[in-house]
Amino acid sequence: MRLYLKYFTIQLKSAMEYKTSFILTTIGQFLVSFNGFLGILFMFQRFHEIKGFRFSEILLCFSIVLMQFSLAECFARGFDGFASLLSNGSFDRIMVRPRNVILQVLGTRIELTRLGRMVQAIFMFVYGIAKSQVSWNVPRILAVIFMILGGTAVFFGLFLIYAALCFFTLEGLEFMNVLTDGAREFGKYPISIYGNKVLLFCTFLVPYALIQYYPLLYILGKSDKSFYLVLPLIACLFLIPCFHLWKFGIRHYKSTGS
Amino acid sequence: MKKYLSFFRIRFTYGLTYRAAALAGIVTQFAWGALEILMFKAFYDYNRASFPMDFSALTSYIWLQQALLALYMVWFFELELFDLIVSGNVAYELCRPISLYNMWFTRNMATRLSKAVLRAFPILIVAVLLPEPYGLSLPKDTKAAFWFLISLMLAFLVVIAFCMIVYIICFYTISSLGVRLLTSAISELLTGAVIPLPFFPEKLGKVVSYLPFASMQNLPLRIYGGDILGSEIYKGILLQVFWCAALVLTGKWMLSHALHKVTVQGG
Repeated sequence: MRLYLKYFTIQLKSAMEYKTSFILTTIGQFLVSFNGFLGILFMFQRFHEIKGFRFSEILLCFSIVLMQFSLAECFARGFDGFASLLSNGSFDRIMVRPRNVILQVLGTRIELTRLGRMVQAIFMFVYGIAKSQVSWNVPRILAVIFMILGGTAVFFGLFLIYAALCFFTLEGLEFMNVLTDGAREFGKYPISIYGNKVLLFCTFLVPYALIQYYPLLYILGKSDKSFYLVLPLIACLFLIPCFHLWKFGIRHYKSTGS
Repeated sequence: MKKYLSFFRIRFTYGLTYRAAALAGIVTQFAWGALEILMFKAFYDYNRASFPMDFSALTSYIWLQQALLALYMVWFFELELFDLIVSGNVAYELCRPISLYNMWFTRNMATRLSKAVLRAFPILIVAVLLPEPYGLSLPKDTKAAFWFLISLMLAFLVVIAFCMIVYIICFYTISSLGVRLLTSAISELLTGAVIPLPFFPEKLGKVVSYLPFASMQNLPLRIYGGDILGSEIYKGILLQVFWCAALVLTGKWMLSHALHKVTVQGG
């Protein structure tokens, strides 16, 4: 952990060297995801409601997913450039150091500019809370916290899979974008609107529904099954197969030699 | 003309070599399109009366959008060109006895076309085979098909003319990242990539429909589905021709202005 903090401060310092670029990029990130917000806004001016969810409730959902994603992305973007670490041989250097490998890969890149999204997420979250008339109590607040934790873990796991697959392909797989960026894009609406098959997929294969749909129902009072509250924590179990895939990948790793 | 053609051919075959990447891209775009359609389906089932397009027009719109992504997404910039400008290597390009604007224009056309050719057909074929109402339906009549093709080409030119202006702005700003992010974000929304333009609030939609962004993917894809009919088609095409000419002229003027002042940082 101390090592990670060290990486973190180094990255922070290097980002601060180019302040204008840092700010512009953050604003850009903000704008890009702001489009998603406008899309929802326009749709709801026309339709007002979808499958029993109102605008403020959708915003709550979108903001939580966006927080989960940007937190995970901020810390796990090192995996994104992992293909180049492999192909230029820097990974060999990481392997010989007597420290945790994952930690070192994470330290190669910490993207604070992704927090532009976070800012937006917080705005929407506040608005969503103010307008959605949720009667807050301790379990519901806990549910939100669990959602953010569990969601970050799931997205982190997905980034880990992305990197682990690079061991076999040596290049990034564009298909993984559906599972990460796609989940962010389409996770703005509760998963149930995409129909039962998608919901099933997202419950049992990749546990998006556990970090979004079910706990959301509980928070909004649309369901009183209190075990929905802990589902996001169960979703954290998703990390286990991800981690094993990573381990399996490392065992298969052959240096490219360059 | 011949030199541009051969330049085009080189870039085109260069793009075609990335077949594995294209395959991954196809799967991604297919999943993306399917989810988008499911989302709109939910809105459609909830309130048909407020739905501003035919559902089949919408599904055609989305499938064509996914298939032709490489042609129409403004953010598909060529990073190499930015690097050329920022690093000063553009000086080499200037030494060549051809117009910089035309050369880069051709280069953009070739890159985008080669990407689109690889990706478009598999997506289109599968989309046609999907069951009603999710699949891609054929155009309403031959007239729609004819004007679809015409505006498809014009839209392509408008997109590239717009991108050229973005490249040229970098002569002034040096760093490309800010401009790139800003134009990507704005155009993503206004071309109808986030949600199709008919879903915009009425007044805003009206204003947006006159901007150059509406002359990009919006027009051909909606003509195809029969969402734009009759005299509206001619109006739209005229607007496309206008924007195409205006953007090309602006771009050429800006480039010559920039080249007058350009200081290549040595080294």
